[in-house]
Amino acid sequence: MDEATVKSTMTVTMPPISWRRRALDHAMTGVAMLTVALVLLPLFAIFAYLVYKGLGSINWAFLTQTPKPVGEAGGGMANAIIGSGLILAIASLMGVPLGIGAGIFLSEYGRNRYGDAVRFVSDVLNGVPSIVIGIVAYGLVVIRQKHFSALAGGVALAIMMVPTIARTTEQMLLLVPQAIREAAYGLGVSRWRTTLSITLRTATSGVITGVMLAFARVAGETAPLLFTAFGNQFWNLNPNQPTSALSLQIYTYALSPFDDWHRQAWAGSFVLIVLIVGAVAAVRFAVRRGTLAGT
Amino acid sequence: MANRALPRPRFEAPEPERGAKATLKLETTTAPLLQGKVSEIPDALFGGAMRFCGLAVVALLGLIVYQLILGSELSWHAFGWKFFGQTDWNPVEDQYGALPFIYGTVVSSLLSLVIAVPLAVGVAVFITEMCPVRLRGALSFTTELLAAIPSVVYGLWAIFVLVPVLRAYVQPFLAKTLGWTTLFSGPPYGVGMLAAGVILAIMIIPIISSITREVLTVVPQHQREAVLALGATRWEMIRLGVLRNARAGIVGAVILGLGRALGETMAVTMVIGNRPEIAKSLFAPGYTMASVLANEFSEATGNLYLSALIEIGLALFLVTIVVNALARIMVWSVTRGQPTRGVV
Repeated sequence: MDEATVKSTMTVTMPPISWRRRALDHAMTGVAMLTVALVLLPLFAIFAYLVYKGLGSINWAFLTQTPKPVGEAGGGMANAIIGSGLILAIASLMGVPLGIGAGIFLSEYGRNRYGDAVRFVSDVLNGVPSIVIGIVAYGLVVIRQKHFSALAGGVALAIMMVPTIARTTEQMLLLVPQAIREAAYGLGVSRWRTTLSITLRTATSGVITGVMLAFARVAGETAPLLFTAFGNQFWNLNPNQPTSALSLQIYTYALSPFDDWHRQAWAGSFVLIVLIVGAVAAVRFAVRRGTLAGT
Repeated sequence: MANRALPRPRFEAPEPERGAKATLKLETTTAPLLQGKVSEIPDALFGGAMRFCGLAVVALLGLIVYQLILGSELSWHAFGWKFFGQTDWNPVEDQYGALPFIYGTVVSSLLSLVIAVPLAVGVAVFITEMCPVRLRGALSFTTELLAAIPSVVYGLWAIFVLVPVLRAYVQPFLAKTLGWTTLFSGPPYGVGMLAAGVILAIMIIPIISSITREVLTVVPQHQREAVLALGATRWEMIRLGVLRNARAGIVGAVILGLGRALGETMAVTMVIGNRPEIAKSLFAPGYTMASVLANEFSEATGNLYLSALIEIGLALFLVTIVVNALARIMVWSVTRGQPTRGVV
């Protein structure tokens, strides 16, 4: 472990390291540092542009108005912000319980071949491209309803949330010591009660972190919404109607030829990232306080 | 570690002897437990519900496969295997061939790997082997921040920052120095295969580097010490003691990154140029399987058109599944026994 001492003793007993090897060693250290710099460069560039272009473009109109007709400056993405919220709420309502349930199954009932199968399938699901999930939601909901809807978008995002939540929930529940479960059984507590009030409760903050991870992952998704939620220029709170989403609006505006729409795309990206990070941070904060208050 | 519930305790007290005080006492203390008879029904219900959730995950995958196969039937009957070998994509004449999209997906993903792999592995090596412990957490957090940025935001950034930079500086330079390879020839539009490869590389670096890091940390410490004790420099130690041991895992990480690159949609669609052509030059615009779905699916008129698009979706789905399964097996072969952290 202690490299310095190892090296110093080596120089006593061994011939000195040739300058060539020493130079190569230094060179490779330099190369590694260079790769770090090259990776951090785009990261900083992206964040810098987001803050510089995004923050400067946000104004009251952006946050409170709906888009103006094509080519007209002004207007905002208020309907898209609300629409994203609606779609995400639908997705969470379906995806979170199912995901947590599957996670409980994997950790409490699935330590066998069936569990392994479910585990493998959820890993596979995790790797399915989001645009393919969009096709599936299109076939499941849009074709049946005969029109695009927030519901279809929600279904697509829910399908994406389930495997992530299931696997993290499983990992978090497995961290709960077996002895705690046995203590509950020893007191005569039934198995379902133990799972819900003891195991799941002990792992609450981890499970919620997993849920937020899944949430953050789907919150910025665009591809599965393109032909499910579709987008909308106006306010819509009806889950059965086409709905705008922040990411969809960013996509449309980024590809448009209008400067004012480009400005709004940057503003939308900034708001999207702030909302994602904000939601994750708020829930983590609440959980931390909640568990502290509970103990 | 078996997670099954212990058998429910059954209190079968022996028939109490009449007048014996000790048994009487026992009876009174255990009485509440004995009275509150636990019903088996809620337990069975709960277990059933959780099993249902587990099954639902499998059902979801089944549903995806079913939907894709059902949707692509028409196109499959019309074109068969030729679908994947034909180059013309003509919705007006109902002629569909997926080859340009397959080509675009493969080339853009491979290009992104060529750029991303050395960088990602370098970062992982730096973080696990070279960097001061204090910097370690901050650096890995920062690289993983890249994974939190939505794809469409990458696309936006690529359109307004990356593409102009490529057009003004990188492409003229490449054309001048490597133009003879014909890989970098033609007019520098900025938008095209190269831009798609670069933005994909930026997007898959966090995945590759975080899994590589995981694999490197699993390499036993004594491997490093043994190589150092033979008089190796730090780089020799990394090369012989660490990288060689972690080879399979790193390859797994790379394939996992490939899986992500194959299915990536938005950012690529925004910068690749969206033209179904097979061009030799990386400067030329292209089209990928995911992009054609993003661009044309909601506007597809006619059943055969829609069916052809769904068939492309099916092909994309199958390829990513094979790639991901392969990657998972390779990562697993190295980190076996160690819990793999996070969601991949």
